[in-house]
Amino acid sequence: MSIENRFVVEVEDMTVAYHVKPVLWDIDLKVPQGVLMAIVGPNGAGKSTLLKAMLNLIKPISGNVLFNGKSYENQRKHIGYVPQRGSVDWDFPTTVLDVVLMGRYGHIGWIKRSSLYDKAYAMNALEKVEMQEFSNRQISQLSGGQQQRVFLARALVQDADIYFMDEPFQGVDAKTEKAVIEILKELRKQGKTVIVVHHDLQTVKDYFDWVTLINTQLIASGPVDEVFTDKNLRKTYRSTGKILKV
Amino acid sequence: MNLFELLANDYTLRVVSLGSALLGLVSGIVGSFAVLKKQGLLGDAVSHAALPGIGIMFLLLQTKSVEMFMLGALVSGLLATAIINAIVKYSRIKIDSAMALILSVFFGFGLVLLTYIQRIPNANQAGLDKFIFGQASTLLRRDIDLIFVVGSVLIALIIMFWKEFKIVTFDPDFAQSIGISSRKISYLLSSMIVISIIIGLQMVGVILMSALLVAPGVAARQWTNKLSTMAVLAGGFGSLSGLLGTLISSSMKKMPTGPSIVLVISFIVLISIIFSPNRGILWRYIRQFKNQLDINEDQVLFDLYDLARNHNNPFKSHSVAAIKPMKTHGGKKLKHLRSVLDRLRERGLVDRGQFDEWFITENGLNYILKHPMQKEDDYVSSS
Repeated sequence: MSIENRFVVEVEDMTVAYHVKPVLWDIDLKVPQGVLMAIVGPNGAGKSTLLKAMLNLIKPISGNVLFNGKSYENQRKHIGYVPQRGSVDWDFPTTVLDVVLMGRYGHIGWIKRSSLYDKAYAMNALEKVEMQEFSNRQISQLSGGQQQRVFLARALVQDADIYFMDEPFQGVDAKTEKAVIEILKELRKQGKTVIVVHHDLQTVKDYFDWVTLINTQLIASGPVDEVFTDKNLRKTYRSTGKILKV
Repeated sequence: MNLFELLANDYTLRVVSLGSALLGLVSGIVGSFAVLKKQGLLGDAVSHAALPGIGIMFLLLQTKSVEMFMLGALVSGLLATAIINAIVKYSRIKIDSAMALILSVFFGFGLVLLTYIQRIPNANQAGLDKFIFGQASTLLRRDIDLIFVVGSVLIALIIMFWKEFKIVTFDPDFAQSIGISSRKISYLLSSMIVISIIIGLQMVGVILMSALLVAPGVAARQWTNKLSTMAVLAGGFGSLSGLLGTLISSSMKKMPTGPSIVLVISFIVLISIIFSPNRGILWRYIRQFKNQLDINEDQVLFDLYDLARNHNNPFKSHSVAAIKPMKTHGGKKLKHLRSVLDRLRERGLVDRGQFDEWFITENGLNYILKHPMQKEDDYVSSS
């Protein structure tokens, strides 16, 4: 596999701790442009934490993240984010279109409201996730798969170059999973980089071309063919057993 | 009506009513966000914790000054919030326990201070206890002006930061990722919640002020699925209850304003929870009942169809006794079954033949074949 020698995301010496025990320990990670990368590891390995720390949502104890060689603040408009579906209250009084429009808030200035252009943009994104008929639907009436599509549409209107997605396949039906992965592959085709926290080991080889294995520490990161080996997986999933024995 | 005559003839009452309507408007709008951000209890803690601030201010100044009392209330309320946050951060005590704890400690201390103040010989202490339950008639024109100015600023902030408040309330992580500081916006919103409580203390009192903040939002949420409509509606409910509550309290001797406002807004909440469409209890109950009936009708129709299939004739008629045992609770609900059959006949899906025997009509057969629960291997296409 020939990858340009250009890294869009570089993580250096990142350590994160909530209380006493570190959740992430001294992570060094480089992500080349145009890959579809899975972050894989057992429960509690720090997958979501790594994502949030890269996005500046959690303050690491030490370490540094660069996007295209610059800071997050500088590159914010080129970064898109799909949080975990369960992280918000879906009974919030708003519509599908409204949630998707939130993806444009970073582009709209202060005090200003969404323009017709923003709305057309949002409708276009809803079409891509096959949710255009639901644009006026109250979000509490959506199924899990539909919620995930709405979140994905919101990220699409961000018009980013680097996408971060926290478990977009969690608890969605097979049809949605297929629709989501098609969109992710389409994004990669456009030269965008997509980084996905992923749970299902079975689908890693089919869906992704790049993978990062973590369990508090970085186990391995690289092309799926080279990195996603039995040896590395055993290493990644080993320490959960250790904790159980104590 | 007596109340409105009173309003027309009494200048002071007009001013006070205007003030209470204004206060209700502001706390309803700001409170909508408190409800959605699940910060209603924070409001309760802040308002109770404001009491010692008022007492200490009086002891320091030895005179009644509403502005300074509000300042004292603000400091004391913020101090309580800071302590609650510190307890949650540095101990393993959860936020609800921390709030209950600090709320009662501050309120208790406030009551002790007030009791002490009643005993010292100073004519100015009169009316200080009105801060507990609120008394609209103690408000001066100046106090109303203050509510007006502060309230206008709060509403202007809501309009200016509408987008930011909305996204931070719904999805703070995403907001942060696109460069809207969730921390700062949350901080601004919490401060606005605290300020709208402080300006209402004199009118509604420390014990009940949080109700005027939370209840209009709760009621408004029942009627709409749109944030802007919810905020406007909550403002309307708030000002209506502020106005009516003040009028009720003014027309009765020694009736404090807080409780009468709370009674009015609680009534609005009750009506909203029961009667609102979609979210209301009554509506849900009716829908559930109707769904059950629909399903029962479908079941009986399918029974008839299944029975008829055994005879290779979809329109074959059967007696009620033959239908009943299959799915309608072993014969206990014969009467129920009859009413279901009657409704099916009204819809033209079944009809009654000779000797009380029932059969599916052409329409009924079409209905079954299009039914989502109909299996692929149906009788008609396979024969």
